[in-house]
Amino acid sequence: MQFVSYSFFLFLAIVFVVYYLIPKRFQWMVLLVASYVFYCFAGPKYLIYIAATTFTTWLTALQIDKLKAAQADYLQENKSLSREEKKLYKTATKKKQRHLMLAALLLNLGILAVVKYTNFAISNINAMIGLAGGQPLGYVSLVLPLGISFYTFRALSYLIDVYRGTIPAEKNGFRFALFVSFFPQLIQGPISRYSQIESGLFTPHRLNWKQVSFGLQRMLWGYMKKMVIADRIVVGLTTMTGDTAAYTGAYVLIEVFFYAIQLYADFSGGLDMAIGAGQIFGVDLPENFVRPFFSTSIKEYWNRWHITMGSWFTDYIFYPISVCKPMLNLSKWSRTHLGPVLGKRLTVYLSSFAVWLATGVWHGASWNFVFWGLSNYLVIMISQELEPLYRRFHQRFDVDGKLYFKIFQVGRTFLLMGFLRMYDCFDSVTTTWKMLLTVFTAGNWNILWNGSLMQIGLTAADYIIIAAGILLMFLVSMSQRSGSVREKIHAKPYIVRFVLWTALFMAVLLFGAYGIGYDATSFIYNQF
Amino acid sequence: MDELMEFLEELHPDVDFETCDTLIDDGILDSFDIITIISEVADMFDVTISAEYIVPENFNSAQALYELITYLEDEG
Repeated sequence: MQFVSYSFFLFLAIVFVVYYLIPKRFQWMVLLVASYVFYCFAGPKYLIYIAATTFTTWLTALQIDKLKAAQADYLQENKSLSREEKKLYKTATKKKQRHLMLAALLLNLGILAVVKYTNFAISNINAMIGLAGGQPLGYVSLVLPLGISFYTFRALSYLIDVYRGTIPAEKNGFRFALFVSFFPQLIQGPISRYSQIESGLFTPHRLNWKQVSFGLQRMLWGYMKKMVIADRIVVGLTTMTGDTAAYTGAYVLIEVFFYAIQLYADFSGGLDMAIGAGQIFGVDLPENFVRPFFSTSIKEYWNRWHITMGSWFTDYIFYPISVCKPMLNLSKWSRTHLGPVLGKRLTVYLSSFAVWLATGVWHGASWNFVFWGLSNYLVIMISQELEPLYRRFHQRFDVDGKLYFKIFQVGRTFLLMGFLRMYDCFDSVTTTWKMLLTVFTAGNWNILWNGSLMQIGLTAADYIIIAAGILLMFLVSMSQRSGSVREKIHAKPYIVRFVLWTALFMAVLLFGAYGIGYDATSFIYNQF
Repeated sequence: MDELMEFLEELHPDVDFETCDTLIDDGILDSFDIITIISEVADMFDVTISAEYIVPENFNSAQALYELITYLEDEG
């Protein structure tokens, strides 16, 4: 069952009615049952995966918590121990906890790796076998369980947080199962943390019409982005990217622009639906996007785009690698041998490399994503190195804070990210490079005005609708800078609110992309 | 504390570390800065700040950071 389907609306309506009718202490159980029913629609056989991840992480976290409690009791009962003895005891129990945590971590990452990367590994092994003239291995038939990357990361964040002692373990396995499987965030995130949504999930909720209407409005906005913009612009995009011989040069620049819009409207639209659906049940999910196309640098962009994934990688990969003993020793060594400047940066650069490699691999089992991740790494590191130069330039030409310069920075970031994103659109890394190169070599700029863009599957009406949709997204983003748009609309007279929301609803109905062969059921990030 | 303040001011000369208590919340310190601080603290105080202590409350002000260092020193 996908967000863009009649069955989902019916499902949501039934869950809503039951949720607010039954005694409040049972509300979370309704959400749990609903989440597993929702997951069943993807195929009951995949329940085993999410159930296995839930059970193993819950049980391990519980064991870790017990060890922590036993440690506290022991230290309480043995206050006479010397500082050294206490330290030795703590180190020994911490080691046991770490072993447990690592076992569950490896098991769950192992499941993810097997279902997601087995065929990628086989294709690389086959390439090597091919070079040696051997017999290639057969591919295995594995279908990716729905949302596996998202729920695995959610469960692991909980496990690591319990290990670190930042949250206590949840004693009730069913409550934990709801955190892992909560249906609005199951398909494409956000990758929430237990501490962020625990209270929303388990606190009894009274029916609050303002909250429900805000949730529905947020969902409607998501449907607008997804159905009116993303699913319309994708037609032109796939026509162009599907024929790399015909659509080169200036067409690739158009693809850069189209894909940026499609991906943002699709992914952030899906997240609007998820966050809106959560809000209907009184559960506030964390935001995943904060006007990313207003970013003035790549670093800023990654603080505004897919925020929950970025913070996951920072908290659970970047920091642990950066501050582990070998890394601190390396930092010390490099500062002595390579000088204070490079010495300080070496560990950060190595940890960032690991983060971006992992980010690339997380996005998909292909070299395209690995190169995409590493290209981001390269650009961020170069920007970091050039920072003092930029600062001097800004001071020399007095451009800091100037609107025209900010627009230039925003445009530069948009284009740079757009170019990097194209790894996603072509079948290989080399094709991506070749296609991007044609932007500078083909010289076919006349396609921008000679009517060629009317031959890519989009009509004049499509362009007008897409342009209006983009303008609306832009205006909403501008308005968001000074606070919640829904709150502002809520403060308007009833008739104004009615007209605005009805107009948006009608826009989705009338201008959403439908028709024979149209598939509104999939989101780009579903495959992760 | 003086040694720590001196280092922080060197890292971000534009920030008033005496008064600012929103170093993380306002995005003044980023993840690169935090790693640089941790690495420097390891040298300066012989204290290892492990990943579990990298939370906004411990890095939002110079005072909070110093308190964390003191706590870790006591913990041994």
